[in-house]
Amino acid sequence: MMQAVSRRSVLAGAGALIVAFRLSGTHAQTETGTGGSPSKHGLPGSLDDTPRIDAWIRIDASGAATILTGKAELGQGLKTALLQVAAEELKLPLERLSLVTADTARTPNEGYTAASHSMQDSGTAIRNAAAQARELLRDEAARRLAVPSTSLQVRDGEVFGADGKRLGYGELVRDQLLSVDAGQTSRLTLPADFTVMSRPVPRVDIPAKVTGGAAYVHDLRPEGMLHGRVVRPPSYGATLRDCDVARVERMAGIVKVVQDGNFLGVIAEREWAAVQGMRTLAATTNWIEREALPDEADLPAALMNLPSRDTTIHGTGNPGAPGILVEGTFSRPYLTHGSIGPSCALAQLEEGKLTLWTHTQGVFFLRDAIAGMLRMPAENVRCVHAEGAGCYGHNGADDVAADAAILAVAVPGRPVRVQLMREQEHAWDPFGPGMVVKLKATVGADGAIADWHHEVWSQSHMMRPGPPGTLIAARLKSAPFPPAPPVALAQPEGGGDRNAIPLYAIANCKVVSHFLPDMPLRGSSMRSLGGYLNVLSIESVLDELAARSAQDPVTFRLRHTEDPRACEIIETAASRFGWTTRVKRSESTGFGFGFARYKNLEAWCAVAVEIDLPRQSGIVRVRRVVAAVDTGQVVNPDGVRNQIEGGILQSISWTLFERVTFDRTRVTSVDWSAYPIMRFDSVPESVEVHLIDRPGDAFYGVAEAAQGPAAAAIANAIRDATGARMHELPFTAARIKRAIAA
Amino acid sequence: MKLRFVLLALLAIGTFGGTAALLYAWESPIAPIDPRSLGAPDRAVLRRGASLALLGDCATCHTAPDGLPYAGGLAMPTPFGTIYSTNITPDPETGIGRWSEQAFIRALRSGVDREGRHLYPAFPYDHFTRVSDDDAKALYAFFMSLDPAKSSAPPNELAFPLNVRLTLAGWKLLFLRRARFVADPSRDEKWNRGKYLVDGLGHCGACHSPRNLLGAEMKSAGFAGGEAEGWRAYALGRSSLSPVAWDEAALADYLASGSHPLHGTAQGPMANVVDNLSQVDPADVGAMAHYLASLGKGEGRNDAERPASGPGRLPQAAGVQAATPSIPSEPGGAIYATVCASCHDGGRPLPLGGSRLDLSTAVADEKPANLIHLVVRGIPAAAGASAHPIMPGFGDILDNRQISDLVNYLRTRFAGRPQWNGLAKAVAEARGGR
Amino acid sequence: MTTLIVNGESRSIAASPDTPLLYVLRDELGLCAAKFGCGLGQCGACTVIVDGKAVFSCVTPVMVLEGRTVTTLEGIGSRDAPGPMQRAFIAEQAAQCGYCIPGMMMRAQALLNRDPQATDESIRAELQPHLCRCGTHMRILRAIRRAADEMRPKTVEARTGR
Repeated sequence: MMQAVSRRSVLAGAGALIVAFRLSGTHAQTETGTGGSPSKHGLPGSLDDTPRIDAWIRIDASGAATILTGKAELGQGLKTALLQVAAEELKLPLERLSLVTADTARTPNEGYTAASHSMQDSGTAIRNAAAQARELLRDEAARRLAVPSTSLQVRDGEVFGADGKRLGYGELVRDQLLSVDAGQTSRLTLPADFTVMSRPVPRVDIPAKVTGGAAYVHDLRPEGMLHGRVVRPPSYGATLRDCDVARVERMAGIVKVVQDGNFLGVIAEREWAAVQGMRTLAATTNWIEREALPDEADLPAALMNLPSRDTTIHGTGNPGAPGILVEGTFSRPYLTHGSIGPSCALAQLEEGKLTLWTHTQGVFFLRDAIAGMLRMPAENVRCVHAEGAGCYGHNGADDVAADAAILAVAVPGRPVRVQLMREQEHAWDPFGPGMVVKLKATVGADGAIADWHHEVWSQSHMMRPGPPGTLIAARLKSAPFPPAPPVALAQPEGGGDRNAIPLYAIANCKVVSHFLPDMPLRGSSMRSLGGYLNVLSIESVLDELAARSAQDPVTFRLRHTEDPRACEIIETAASRFGWTTRVKRSESTGFGFGFARYKNLEAWCAVAVEIDLPRQSGIVRVRRVVAAVDTGQVVNPDGVRNQIEGGILQSISWTLFERVTFDRTRVTSVDWSAYPIMRFDSVPESVEVHLIDRPGDAFYGVAEAAQGPAAAAIANAIRDATGARMHELPFTAARIKRAIAA
Repeated sequence: MKLRFVLLALLAIGTFGGTAALLYAWESPIAPIDPRSLGAPDRAVLRRGASLALLGDCATCHTAPDGLPYAGGLAMPTPFGTIYSTNITPDPETGIGRWSEQAFIRALRSGVDREGRHLYPAFPYDHFTRVSDDDAKALYAFFMSLDPAKSSAPPNELAFPLNVRLTLAGWKLLFLRRARFVADPSRDEKWNRGKYLVDGLGHCGACHSPRNLLGAEMKSAGFAGGEAEGWRAYALGRSSLSPVAWDEAALADYLASGSHPLHGTAQGPMANVVDNLSQVDPADVGAMAHYLASLGKGEGRNDAERPASGPGRLPQAAGVQAATPSIPSEPGGAIYATVCASCHDGGRPLPLGGSRLDLSTAVADEKPANLIHLVVRGIPAAAGASAHPIMPGFGDILDNRQISDLVNYLRTRFAGRPQWNGLAKAVAEARGGR
Repeated sequence: MTTLIVNGESRSIAASPDTPLLYVLRDELGLCAAKFGCGLGQCGACTVIVDGKAVFSCVTPVMVLEGRTVTTLEGIGSRDAPGPMQRAFIAEQAAQCGYCIPGMMMRAQALLNRDPQATDESIRAELQPHLCRCGTHMRILRAIRRAADEMRPKTVEARTGR
């Protein structure tokens, strides 16, 4: 949405930035589920969809403000950052603000909390709404005091006149003051005057999380609550032959067993009784299964052989320019989101109205999907966001909400809490899809990249609710909903082809996206989508070209970079790391560098790493990581650092360890022993994040900026330490040893 | 007391037993070298040396906890006292930097250091004596190529007379047969390769054979089961007590990957061994499995099929775990039902479920040590995040009495064998050793 | 019926004997800090302290705990009066989603109670049974280091005073 409206005029007003907005063109559908239509009101961020100021900001008679956002806290620190923005522009102390997050009955509809869009969508909306609200209050004070607005000062929730008179927001606010649409200009606070923004304000959600407060949907305990569990089929497409419902219903503490087609659930008074009921029911169930999965041992070939819709998403110059040739077929397996807390939801049906507490990323879309599944009017379903464990994309949150909805309908009046078991979260996750990138490039005699040809194969990365058929329960019920059609996210943000177009200046460059409508395994959005593999592939080939033409990899990148902000971020990471003075501690030391601008539209991030990789063990030990990030105007520097550190460590885990495994029938990586992720023995010795703040600039999404560059830096460091270029993820010790021996 | 007497006798043999014995006991120093005089090693030789060092588990003993690889300092408790492993990196002062190839090979095969002192047989030169010239040279080249680490091991803590190294000459006279490996022409190359590795560098018998009063392997009872660091090293070959008889394929799988659906997961000191073996040429591991399989099969059932996935072949539960079975009144049975059954009754193969205890050698073995260790420590997550079974340990949850009750119950129910003697003591020991 | 001492109070537990401690804490006693993560002892999210030792409450049936002492995150401080471990995690902002954090804090607390001089290496090694998916590891390590530094003088005092 940020691109739909651009700031056209920035006038330096008296102590403020006067920003006026103007409409620009239509933009493609994005991962947030918004966009796809022309700008409606010419307003920035989500204000364009919801222009009423009091949809975002309400002020009560005490002068305290409630901020409403359609986005959700996913552990990324969103609440704190939005409160900072609101406090800054409203000129209210943080402690007098409260925040309501995504709730279909209360907040604006801002689509999905996804794609690192929250600050630019919601942060921008709230910032402008808050600035305009503050001016409305100032104008109201001016009216009452009969003085010009410009003579009034605003601070700490009060408007001060020159004569010492003052009026609090609580006195000023009246019924309809903020019930107006936002105007075409905002009077924003100058960065130099920031007192809350651009500062490391402590996260508001952390104290409860570290002291045992009710912090998650998992912790909600309303009066009369029952516990539900589901029994999932053992494989995709399995159908129920028979099961012994009666035996489970006779068990102590079981309230009800729900069977609807292939959907099975138990409801119990106590959680442990529900678990016992679920296990007993599972043990009495027989399923008809079929072998429908591809051969995992050769997943890349299986993917490339699927029917595809091919689009040339980029083409410049004349392909085939000669030079030193580098070719590689890079692949990643299916990856699981791997929330530490299996997904959970709470549902209650009262007088025909269903309320769901859920950690979905899109309350409005989920509401529509569940209403569709239950054949209820959408207005009778309310979805309220409550925090879950980190999801990193579309995990089991929506599915378990649908499970809870079905069970709650079976026991009207009683709230039903459902949590998935570990193996259900792992086996039925909408995985980050398996992907393949084939890249061929040449470097000419002049040392510049002469030719570049990138092809990417991927299924959809966007199978979130919307249609009921995206929910497992809707597919399992009798009279099941049809599977949802695959959604191909378009450029410039892209899906599987996200970041497939290199940011580097390359004269002859062709990029082809092979969209695979078939979905061998269930897949959807996982942090950075295709950006992870595309960046890894681009940066690997780039390094290889540099090595084959005897050029320093950082210099080689700079030579092909025109964007000055990209240059600055590459140079910053390199100099903070000490790239030019790097010295190997031993033969097993490797240095690597990676860079990308996320989606080619969001934050810029460069990562340099030092690893230790003994040839005889093949085990990568990451010693030191240095990252540099430009995310535009920084709201909370510590929050940005936390996101980047997290992105780097998660990416190291994906890159070195992770792989969904399956046989021809079932997913077999159903727990942490079969799907290992990083443990403390693999944590780097140090991780440094350097921020380049851009006061006054827009917000650029940062939460997914590090994954691609970090993976690329690791791949390039492996090459540096061993001479082996790795192509097939994950880069396990066994594969590295094989590559060294080859 | 008896042991002390025998040791004194050994010392007497070694030092006062006449000219012949003295001549035997005497080893001359070998002149130091300047490590810088060594030429650049051949890469292929280095690679072979690295692989041989893994087959010999060299780093396992020659690395202290949190220490640099091969820099020594690991404390090795023996019935005779504590011995510390030495630094075998090429540091001139504290390591083997001044050792010539000849000095290294003498140490490897005869247990004598460069200065002529006898080494304790915690260093398994009784096995390494079989190592070929080429392999010994490759090992030397590999160690000399390591980064030198300055690190001195603490002095050994041994009582008289064992702290007199000449005693060892007597020990060697009795138990060390210096001889290179000789291939058996009636066997094929794979078998001979396997035997060479198993008996030589692999020094499998060092743990898997029982030892006599003087700490020497009992040749008459080779592979009849031994001990290492408080763990039981199971009997191999015909004496194996595994409920499912081992075959070559299972051995190869287990040695290469560290676990097998019918035999469980390597733990204790064996975990290091399989970790090392996972990094060598699979052909070498295959040869070792081939030779070990030729030692014969135990009396285990051969009917248990390897569990496989797929329709109709797995218990069709939606979950990894089973509901609690009815809880028996006996305390051990109640602990099993509430603590263990959810995983171990789940019926799924490793690593997706708890292993089948009726197939467990730990339950069927003649000693309870490994079962106790497993209950107490579990199977920790593998380092470096490789796919590997994980079992939580229950040592911090169950007290000694509860562990004894549980172990007795498992023994009776799953092995159908008489209860172990001295269980309470074994439990206390296993806990004390943590 | 099982009796436990939970955060200093004697509690009679009505749950069936096979019920894992985790469900007793969350469902019966309303103590929600310990989290369900895997039910298999693989991730550490459910960790609490039993008789001074960090244990996985998800695989510990109450039956085997008769008369034992249980400490949960709620027992080492509160939102209004956070304990040193909690203060350290707040000071270091050592959480993203935070779901794994209570388990980590309890194991760290048990470690520091046992060994106030714990080194960085031993802290890392101790945390090996715990998983964090957000990648907050560097901050978690810093927070525990900070807690150790803060707790040390007091621990020494308490010891000499005894």
